[in-house]
Amino acid sequence: MRANHKLAVGIGIVALLAGLFWWLIAGAQIDVLAPKGVIAQQQKTLFIFTIALSAIVVVPVFILLAMFAYKYRDTNPKHKGYDPEWKENSKLEAVWWGIPIVIIGILAGVTWYTSHSLDPYREIESKHASIPVQVVALQWKWLFLYPEQGVATLNYVVMPKDVPVTFSLTADAPMSAFWIPALGSQIYNMNGMTSKLNLMATELGEYRGYSTNINGRGYADMSFTANVVGRDDFYSWAEGVTTSSSIAGINENIFNALKTPSVEKSAITYKLTDPELYNHIVGSYMPHMMHDEPEDATMDAMHMEGHH
Amino acid sequence: MELLSGLLGRMSLDYLPTEPATIGAAVGMPLGALGVAAALTYFKKWGWLWNNWLTSLDAKKIGVMYIVVALIMLFRGLFDALMLRLQTAVAVNGASGPFDTDTFQQVFTAHGTIMIFFVAMGLMFGLINVVMPLMIGARDMAFPWLNSVSFWLFVAGMILNNVALIFGGFSPGGWLGYPPLTGLEYNPGPGVDYWIWSLQIAGLGSLFSGINFIVTILKKRAQGMTLMKMPIFPWSVLVTSVLIALAFPILTATLALLSLDRLMGMHFFTSDMGGNPMMYINLIWAWGHPEVYILVLPAFGIFSEVVPTFARKALFGYKTMVAALVAIMFFSFIVWQHHFFTMGAGANVNAFFGIMTMIIAIPTGVKIFNWLFTMYKGKIWFTAPMVWFLAFVVTFTLGGVTGVMMAVPALDFQVHNSLFLVAHFHNTIIGGVVFGFLAGITYWFPKVFGFRLYDAMGRWSAYLWQIGFILAFMPLYILGLMGAVRRLDHYSDPTWQPFFIVSGIGVLVILAGTTMLVAQVAYSIWKRKELVDTNGDPWDGRTIEWSVPSPAPHFNFASTLKVTQRDDWWYKKQAGKHLTPPPPSAYKDVWLPKNSASGLLVGAGAGMFGFAAIWHMWWLLVVALVFVVAVVIRRTYDTNSEFMIPAKELMQEDLLVYKRRNA
Amino acid sequence: MSHSVTETEKLDNTTLGFWLYLMTDIMIFASLFATYLVLVNATAGGPSASDIYSADFALLQTVILLTSSFTCGVSALLLRRGKKTASMWLLLATVVLGAAFLALEVFEFSTLVSEGHTWQTSAFLSAFFTLVGTHGLHISVGLIWAITLLVYMYRTRIGSDMVRKMMLFALFWHFLDIIWIFIFTIVYLMGVAS
Repeated sequence: MRANHKLAVGIGIVALLAGLFWWLIAGAQIDVLAPKGVIAQQQKTLFIFTIALSAIVVVPVFILLAMFAYKYRDTNPKHKGYDPEWKENSKLEAVWWGIPIVIIGILAGVTWYTSHSLDPYREIESKHASIPVQVVALQWKWLFLYPEQGVATLNYVVMPKDVPVTFSLTADAPMSAFWIPALGSQIYNMNGMTSKLNLMATELGEYRGYSTNINGRGYADMSFTANVVGRDDFYSWAEGVTTSSSIAGINENIFNALKTPSVEKSAITYKLTDPELYNHIVGSYMPHMMHDEPEDATMDAMHMEGHH
Repeated sequence: MELLSGLLGRMSLDYLPTEPATIGAAVGMPLGALGVAAALTYFKKWGWLWNNWLTSLDAKKIGVMYIVVALIMLFRGLFDALMLRLQTAVAVNGASGPFDTDTFQQVFTAHGTIMIFFVAMGLMFGLINVVMPLMIGARDMAFPWLNSVSFWLFVAGMILNNVALIFGGFSPGGWLGYPPLTGLEYNPGPGVDYWIWSLQIAGLGSLFSGINFIVTILKKRAQGMTLMKMPIFPWSVLVTSVLIALAFPILTATLALLSLDRLMGMHFFTSDMGGNPMMYINLIWAWGHPEVYILVLPAFGIFSEVVPTFARKALFGYKTMVAALVAIMFFSFIVWQHHFFTMGAGANVNAFFGIMTMIIAIPTGVKIFNWLFTMYKGKIWFTAPMVWFLAFVVTFTLGGVTGVMMAVPALDFQVHNSLFLVAHFHNTIIGGVVFGFLAGITYWFPKVFGFRLYDAMGRWSAYLWQIGFILAFMPLYILGLMGAVRRLDHYSDPTWQPFFIVSGIGVLVILAGTTMLVAQVAYSIWKRKELVDTNGDPWDGRTIEWSVPSPAPHFNFASTLKVTQRDDWWYKKQAGKHLTPPPPSAYKDVWLPKNSASGLLVGAGAGMFGFAAIWHMWWLLVVALVFVVAVVIRRTYDTNSEFMIPAKELMQEDLLVYKRRNA
Repeated sequence: MSHSVTETEKLDNTTLGFWLYLMTDIMIFASLFATYLVLVNATAGGPSASDIYSADFALLQTVILLTSSFTCGVSALLLRRGKKTASMWLLLATVVLGAAFLALEVFEFSTLVSEGHTWQTSAFLSAFFTLVGTHGLHISVGLIWAITLLVYMYRTRIGSDMVRKMMLFALFWHFLDIIWIFIFTIVYLMGVAS
């Protein structure tokens, strides 16, 4: 095949692949790029920003690659400029050290800023006080506890719109991770310690949540739903649970049954009568630990490796 | 009965495979091995195999054996990948896939472990063994026997990994096996132990290789080859070996601690009794992140040889290339925490590691520009290795972009452990490591076998791999953004299915590309007379490995070599000096290691040790340990391990080479 | 014999290689030390460092091991000066002292276990037994090595190869001594002081 024919075939294949992916994406619901919460919204912006910034280097690389490959191929009948000893040019090298350094410099600044502004531990500013929700990852279900409302839910979480929620997360299972893509940011759930995640939904709806870290046989079934409802609806829902006579309170027996490894897909609602339940679950893994601040334990591990 | 259980440890018939897929493998693999054995017997090739290959201490032959094992494992890993995508193409919304969850989880663990430890590492060690001594003007590795021990430990690890399929099952805990999931509490069976011992034994081999390569490069270079006159590939090997020597001990220690938890009931990584699973995650990534650079740096080295050769032009910015390698080595040790931003370490720690990570993009980007400007003003011969290079630049650069994205902690929180992450690291590992090593194999093939590979089929393989890659992994990026997390054996959202199906088709295309490689080798063997490399320099090469005949003789270089500059062979040819043989005084007696079976025996003993530890067969553990120690002691005090090739013989052979070259 | 050229080269290579091996071993011990320091307070209701350590006992071990390091060093020196018999006696002394050290360690471990403080008691004790035990394992390997070396020296005439083998062993033994000093300081002294 001649070079021109090869080029045509190549472009054809690229066009076909592009068409295929266009067709695939056209009907898809892409949660991360269709954010429904303040955190996910900022992450989407950051996502697009980093791609655009990278493009400053990547696009020239691709253009130069195509140009040089085409122009300097040895089968090029109009080949010229062969110079086998041209191997150093400090000005050119300064350019491609310099441009990436500037770009990474900018990105480093953005990284530092967003690491703080989007830190999952950081409380979200709002005229409403943040609602605490405690999350326990079990094999293979999600237990949500509302200590202020006296409600507990299994495999679904109800969140008021435009009100920040502070999740405290732990596990009574192998390490799991909590993620609602439409609302943003995931974080690990670990036995005997608490991690934190602050989120705020800005649109009503039902969003999917997952465990992103493998934790055994039922891992694939460990999903949950996040229901974002109006603020008033949220409180009346909680009120309804606590006053209902048909809803049982979660007690040790029920919790131990939930803790037994099993796949459980149904959404269940309980009353939460013992506001200390979450602390008992965390504490069950460290009856005699010298320090019981979970954050400390995390930092210990970080510091330990700091010598390498 | 008691005696039997003492002998067999915790073995029982319950551990035989029950799934159709695993039964197939369990029956097929021994049958395949039996078939090979029968063929060897029929063709009376056992002696040839034993004397010419298995007991050889010649680095080139050890290298070829590494590559053969790695390519067989590449097929195993690809079939694993195919099983995974077959499952996800079907198992949606309650529909059951062909495999149950246990099988699926073992398969993805095996896929990752095999591809990293037994394919990527195997191809890397293979290529280093084949050409690194040749490129620096050495006759062999510094420690040829240790080199064979490394290889046989690699084989022992590989065999343990595959035996798991037949008896006992593999770990379901992912390729890095985070506890507590891989601890006794949640996974008491032999699967995790197979994973541990397979990696532990192969990892020890890698550690020895690292030491061996460093000493070889520092001590055995040709006269006049200062470090700054050394080709870039050996440079990349040096840097990688330093990383190996620093990082692999951490893996050894970490796996040892995990197995102490499992064998002796200790509490390093358990949830209770003060154990700290987060420490495991830190330790394993303190090895794991350098590991990915261990794999990719030699691939960079390969392209630094391939591009100048086929552009027929000196490498642009040699010093920068060296500096970039060293910079990457340094930074690769201070970025491991980016693998778990989502553990919640706090904004300052996360930001620090994120920024360190993206800094690595700078020297890497510089290397890409330097390769591009090596092509500039060149006269490029588009052979298969060059096509692999083009595919590498496209694929690896995209992987770099998504890598920089994931280095931003705030962004990583939204894509971590999703299929976006899976797509990212395949982008860099396939695009960088696999494409690089396949280019290297094609490039140096004639030096080992004396004939070239049929080029058109190599180019087709590259095209198929590239297209297959796009089909297999671009959908995973989108799936990740849609919320699909990694390692799901089934899912409920039917809109994900088309993406998974396209991805599965991509795996098939990649499999076709790999089959094309094998077909290429077969076809090239058939046509070897037409593809023969008569003068040892089929590509008009630049570095000194092309100055010796193909296939390279056991002693590599007949005379004592003097190197005066970079690309020494190229400039010798330019000056016409390659036609006059050196004076007789340049030929000296050469001592080379005799064949030895003891490396193989150490590997066999280590494999037995691992098997005993997996099945709690304590008597076998002791027997294997004593056996290995005995073999090592015997070899250490063996004074008759070398043979000599007289100078006269070398000169006669070399004069023939020059005669042919002048003809 | 022209062999001798390669023999000196090999000496260089092996020594460098052995240094590199020691570096990798340092990385293993560094991982174990780091693990120990992370877990030293994770006593899970079991005994803490100050409850179980005896500084005097560890000091005795230290003195014995340092002495063995001294005899080993003199042994290597004597061999280099061609005094094989004297060198062998001092190597034998090294083996005896090393075995004594190991015996004390076994005694310490068995005492702890008999008091119910096993490696299963807590993460702290797991880390303790593993760190100190790994050093003990290295000592055991060193003892086997020294014994094979003695047999080899007894059966073979002195030569550059023998000196090389001895130098490597001496390097290994001194290395274990240095590791022990770290264990003595970080585990025992700091443990008693805590």
